[in-house]
Amino acid sequence: MTKIHITNGHIIDPANNIDQLGAVYVAEGKILSLNEQPSGFTADIVLDATNNIVCPGFIDLSARLRDPGQSYKGTIQSETIAAASAGITSLCLPPDTSPVIDSQAVVELINDKSQRAGYSQVYPIGALTHQLAGIELSSMAALKEAGCIAVSNAMAPFSSLLVLRRAMEYASSHNLLVMYHPDEASLSNNGCAHEGIFSARYGLPGIPSASEAVAVAQCIELAELTGCRLHFSQISCKGAAIKIQQAQKYGLAVSADVSIHQLHLTENDIEPFNSVYHVLPPLRTVKDKQHLRDSLAKGTIGAICSDHQPHDVDAKLGAFPETEPGISSLETLLPLMLRLVKDNEITLSQGISTLTQNPAKILGIQRGALTSGFSADICIFDPTLKWDVNDDNWKSSGQNTPFWGKTLEGRVMHTVQAGKVVYSL
Amino acid sequence: MKDLQLNKEGRLKHFLTIDGLNKDILTEILDVAESFSTMPAQKVNKVPLLRGKTIVNLFFENSTRTRTTFELAATRLSADVLSINIAASATSKGESLLDTIRNLEAMHVDMFVVRHAISGAGHFIAQNTAPHISVINAGDGQHAHPTQAMLDMFTIRQYKKKFDHLNVVIIGDILHSRVARSQIQALNVLGVKEIRVVAPKTLLPQNVESLGVKPFNNIEQGLEGSDVIMMLRLQKERMTSALLPNEREYFKCFGLTEERLKSASHDAIIMHPGPINRGVEIESSIADGSQSVILQQVTNGVAIRMAIMSLTMQSKGDVS
Repeated sequence: MTKIHITNGHIIDPANNIDQLGAVYVAEGKILSLNEQPSGFTADIVLDATNNIVCPGFIDLSARLRDPGQSYKGTIQSETIAAASAGITSLCLPPDTSPVIDSQAVVELINDKSQRAGYSQVYPIGALTHQLAGIELSSMAALKEAGCIAVSNAMAPFSSLLVLRRAMEYASSHNLLVMYHPDEASLSNNGCAHEGIFSARYGLPGIPSASEAVAVAQCIELAELTGCRLHFSQISCKGAAIKIQQAQKYGLAVSADVSIHQLHLTENDIEPFNSVYHVLPPLRTVKDKQHLRDSLAKGTIGAICSDHQPHDVDAKLGAFPETEPGISSLETLLPLMLRLVKDNEITLSQGISTLTQNPAKILGIQRGALTSGFSADICIFDPTLKWDVNDDNWKSSGQNTPFWGKTLEGRVMHTVQAGKVVYSL
Repeated sequence: MKDLQLNKEGRLKHFLTIDGLNKDILTEILDVAESFSTMPAQKVNKVPLLRGKTIVNLFFENSTRTRTTFELAATRLSADVLSINIAASATSKGESLLDTIRNLEAMHVDMFVVRHAISGAGHFIAQNTAPHISVINAGDGQHAHPTQAMLDMFTIRQYKKKFDHLNVVIIGDILHSRVARSQIQALNVLGVKEIRVVAPKTLLPQNVESLGVKPFNNIEQGLEGSDVIMMLRLQKERMTSALLPNEREYFKCFGLTEERLKSASHDAIIMHPGPINRGVEIESSIADGSQSVILQQVTNGVAIRMAIMSLTMQSKGDVS
């Protein structure tokens, strides 16, 4: 396999406390060493990283690829190409595909397609309940054996807390991580925007922050009862973050992530009835955004995910409440993380941690670090290079982003995944 | 928002919401409506302003009253008018809103008057329709009903002359009311002294103060010294969705009665967008009483809609 020599880069590898100029040597798909050239090493490819940051490839805890089932919105091929161009080398695929990821056959299909595409390590997340219906347990042991990294019910509700409890107990018996999207459906009541100033003004059905905070509180109690390893996906409000912090302080094994757009956009940013801002959980208040940023800096929220949800044009063509929720966000992940650094919310090293070693730790995988022997997943980016979000630069099939037409700062130059250069600008 | 409704010269092209419109535009609508309001008394009650134009009333939700006044307004402006009730036809066959619009566009229409159950439907149509077509919102979901609000402003001006000294109270289901949202915005733009809203918390939006109103859960306090009382219609389904216990208790706590009316100004006017639920939100004797201007509102509805239709069509400069 290809031997790669990355030279003159500024290496930031938070897991190994490295923050210095240096070189990375890759062979056989693995990290060989940092700085010291191994004896007899002759590079097939030399990547010059002058003025660039060299860090572990990003691990995205939630990215919809729309495959299998909705190839008109995106495919494993199209979306992993987009991921590679964004420095993302591993990503978790939520189970709400069609068919649902609740059988070994579907897991195998996804693994087969993603390996053939060859751009990302795709980790399927298994369904927590059969068909995501929230009524019967899925075959979690079989899903784990087939390669599911965790189990989740995606955005689908449970028929009762009893089912959730039993699903958590059963997952825990198989040492499976449960990823939980907190939303009390009876309170969110088919809303489409945060219940606040925006929904009051435009007469849109609202989703109160309480629908998320209530679900977090309930699930924390069940985590204690069941001993389940629990991860909260895409936290959006202050109340939820406070409850997670309390649970962590109390000693429960509870982690959380936040989607990148919740750290930048609020209800005040929504252009009236512009459906690209229709996302679930909804864009909340300025206070919520600031608390999420603080929680990220403190480590209560360990990871940033893209919560990538590409859509076809028709899905967003309609009156706001009738359009499909979700933002296409793989490619804005890095520049928007860098904006947090620029805003002095977090350090660059912290920002890289939230995209590398922290999600690796949450998933329990040996990735997200430039440790010798680890899979050679590397992102090389220019933190100051500006680029326009437009047709020429965009790779995902879904162009549904509020940042369309904007200029962003920070761009990936090369992405190495499992020792292969999968993207170069 | 503002850009969508106004053309380059700042004239009304669409009429979708009061939000974003200034006092000059609202006043112009009222003034033009006033000139039309004298018309039925004349022998010939038609003006040729929109002769040769085709107006399509596109009602995705049923409404006899609003549709009829729009039809009448269009007819008096000499336009050809076509009313389509889509509630039970095209969309139930799976045709998208956009396809319905495109099909009608192909028949060379000049204006859509749209009522739809989803908030933002009017905006969506205005954004996606051919550039020569004007869109008038005849009510979208819980968002806006700007022509109703303007006929209410017209009625208030008729009786009270000026806005700046008025205490206005809106009583009823504010949360689900597109009428209330548009009324509140219009009253704020026209600069009334105070706007109060009265309802139990289940029928008030969160952050209702952000709309520029003072909320009350007690009707007596809300009515105190008010000059204009705007009642809202209570929908029956609020009882079945745990927002209210029953009509009797609602009337007991929030119904407008002779007794309660005493705390308002002696010359307060009482308004209602109709249809009225007698004995639920308002006592029958008040609805038909001397302070009620409810039927005058209906009459004014035609003149206001004529004004809005002619102004939006004229803004393109292609009307003689």
